[in-house]
Amino acid sequence: MNKEIKKDFPILDQEIHGHRFTYLDSAATTQKPIAVLEAVNDYYKNYNANPHRGAYYLSEKSTEIYENTRTVVKEFIGAKNEKEIIFVKNATEAFNLLAHSYGMNFIKEGDEIVISVAEHHSNLVPWQQVAKAKGALLKYLYLDEEGIITEEEIANKITNKTKIVSVTHVSNVLGTIQPIKKIIEKAHSVGAVAFIDIAQSVPHMKIDVSQLDADAAVFSGHKMLAPMGIGVLYGKEELLEKMPPFMCGGDMIEYVTEQDTTFAELPNKFEGGTQNVEGAAGLTSAIQYLNEIGMDNVEQIEDELVSETLKRLEELPFVTVYGTKDTKKKSGVISFNVEGIHPHDVASILDSYGVAIRVGRHCAYPLLNYMGVNAGTCRVSFYIYNTMEDVEALIEGLKNTRKWLGYGSK
Amino acid sequence: MDLNSIYTEVIAEHNMSNHNKHHIEGADFIEKGHNPSCGDEIELELRIKNGIVEDGGFTGVGCAISQASTSIMIDLIRGKSVEEAKELIETFLGMIKREIKDEKELEVLEDAIALKNISNMPARVKCAVLAWHTLEESLKKAV
Repeated sequence: MNKEIKKDFPILDQEIHGHRFTYLDSAATTQKPIAVLEAVNDYYKNYNANPHRGAYYLSEKSTEIYENTRTVVKEFIGAKNEKEIIFVKNATEAFNLLAHSYGMNFIKEGDEIVISVAEHHSNLVPWQQVAKAKGALLKYLYLDEEGIITEEEIANKITNKTKIVSVTHVSNVLGTIQPIKKIIEKAHSVGAVAFIDIAQSVPHMKIDVSQLDADAAVFSGHKMLAPMGIGVLYGKEELLEKMPPFMCGGDMIEYVTEQDTTFAELPNKFEGGTQNVEGAAGLTSAIQYLNEIGMDNVEQIEDELVSETLKRLEELPFVTVYGTKDTKKKSGVISFNVEGIHPHDVASILDSYGVAIRVGRHCAYPLLNYMGVNAGTCRVSFYIYNTMEDVEALIEGLKNTRKWLGYGSK
Repeated sequence: MDLNSIYTEVIAEHNMSNHNKHHIEGADFIEKGHNPSCGDEIELELRIKNGIVEDGGFTGVGCAISQASTSIMIDLIRGKSVEEAKELIETFLGMIKREIKDEKELEVLEDAIALKNISNMPARVKCAVLAWHTLEESLKKAV
């Protein structure tokens, strides 16, 4: 199935440094299928105009494309209505919006904000800043050896003082799936709001935000086949109603006088300025593409690739894999290190064989510090267009990496 | 891409030998260098007496390029005057930026010439120059 899917991704059909291109960095950003590229192209060729403004045909079409995406996203993630879907640039902007609009207004001195040590900086630095500004305490949920937040941590760290819990569903470093349902329940039991980072889960598995009962959930389009520059903040209507606007300007107002403004209703209240309609067109197309494949199939494709890769990595005595090796507990991300070789050298050498992987600290310094690997890790991440040939290229490349740095002959 | 021009024997040897990776007794200048984007971190220690770099060493973590570049640099400046060391930094950075192409002019860099082709890997240039910028900062204080 993935071999057929791969044909929809022209970028993968090329040689890099004289080798077949092997793209293993989809957790950073995915490649885009022809359908998405065409949707963006089609928008500019046939429908481009500023949405929500002009009373003419193209502006109405542009508005329709943009607003239709809201409906498509609502259905894809199980939101209750369109007012709960706010378009942003990416997950980072969504967390900044939450931190500034909710955190800065509702957190008081002595309150506690709870995140996990596995957070991407986008769900860490904004809360750290809120805590500093408000005199609140930022607390961390730590992980067990498999890379999973334990029940004890959830029970002990989330207390009556906790006002915000903001955790990732799937770690961008380890790929481990966190028990967010339990975390959300615990947050609610102490009267806190629960925000979740689904940037690394919504592209890979079926998500239902209403069933999870999250107060807010954020993700980026570019990690799920859509263009860069479009992301989503889902928020329960009652939460978003309480929050003041984040970015002020055009299109987010009702009335403006010289000294005062009344703001637009949801969702426009949070969408100041001309929005990314081409991104929305691409996001609709991306979601349709994923729906056609089916999220169950997406999961299955990744499961097979991850299982095979873990098995093959285990055969290499010089490789250490981090986190759980149980594919039921993880998504399509594997972090590892090659003994005696710094991750950046691994990446440069693999690149010379046409294999693209991510190395370093993955915008998660506190997690890498907690794991005791300050030099960082090598990370491979899969998506629907990867095949067993990609796994083979990775393993062969890794064997060569050792030789280049003096371990055995070239 | 020709890996042979980057991961040379000189680099592999310096990366694995660790002969300059230690503290310096009586070091008068200790300078930290850091590449935040990739996490390379070194701490360069120098003992400078009467304008001469008597000895140098380093500690830290980083890739083969950054570690080898630091080690090669220390071998090169040991016993040289502060002024000579400053000139070597300039020549090295000139080589990396491809502003100095004359092979004769580069000869003074000795083993550091092994890093000449790093400009073919733009993502790794910062690894190669880290030690040299750290030395530059350190020597500013040695005047």
